[in-house]
Amino acid sequence: MRKEVVILTVEDDDGHFWLIKRNLQREGVPNKVVRFADGQEVLDYLFCLGDGDHRAGDTAYLMLLDIRMPKVDGIEVLRQMHDDENLRKIPVVMLTTADDLDEIDKCHELGSSLYIVKPIEYDDFVDTIRKLARFLAIVQVPEIA
Amino acid sequence: MLEDTVILIAEDDAGHFALLKKNLWRSCVANDIIQFKDGQEVLDFLFREGQGPVREENCRYILLLDIRMPKVDGRDVLKRMKEDDELKKIPVVMLTTTDDAGEIAKCYDMGCSFYVVKPADYNMFMDAVNNLGTLLSLQGVSVPVIKN
Repeated sequence: MRKEVVILTVEDDDGHFWLIKRNLQREGVPNKVVRFADGQEVLDYLFCLGDGDHRAGDTAYLMLLDIRMPKVDGIEVLRQMHDDENLRKIPVVMLTTADDLDEIDKCHELGSSLYIVKPIEYDDFVDTIRKLARFLAIVQVPEIA
Repeated sequence: MLEDTVILIAEDDAGHFALLKKNLWRSCVANDIIQFKDGQEVLDFLFREGQGPVREENCRYILLLDIRMPKVDGRDVLKRMKEDDELKKIPVVMLTTTDDAGEIAKCYDMGCSFYVVKPADYNMFMDAVNNLGTLLSLQGVSVPVIKN
């Protein structure tokens, strides 16, 4: 992953967000990490709606997406991205507490790249993020117009 | 990844396949690995055509897919899979020597999970495969069941 790729982290839980961010950095991922606390915030950013920050053109993004969130959940975010011919190219890794077969099915139908269940144990969660970071380092991510 | 998840590798280069298998096996020791030497072989397996082995019902698969292959290339395999309501759910990791931006965008547009360029250096290639294997071996990585 080139260092210009922006990592969009959609996560309503503060503790989970900081664990993710800190361990990406500890694993040597130099990329900018932008946080969204619910699904509506990231949709506004991606579709350039509302008063907050909007995404830039010709930029590569990668998303880490929680499912259970206030306002708009992760499945709906995925659905709206999948229906858009530009945004569907963004690799989306689901990072969620829900270990539900229907949910895993649904996310892969809607084009998520990988579905990872957050471990309950702190050390296992850290280990998961570090291994994810090491893999993402070798992935190519497309620019979105 | 659950132990019953089968790793499919479509790779015509015998050396690359051997390296992939050896290094994936270190972390994903319990998972079956099946090789396909061209795009037609993997399509026959997935769509249950031809005389060779075919997939079973209610199994979990992940596919590592080369692009440049004889008969049917990786791009066409990806396209056919993502047009099918069941097969579209299989995570596909493109593993290729091409780092062309247009090719990368096209594969993500068609629905690949990740696009990885094979490093030309042997040790870097091994490291890359190890990183993939270590991620896949995590218990939390959940792959959908492919039904009928």
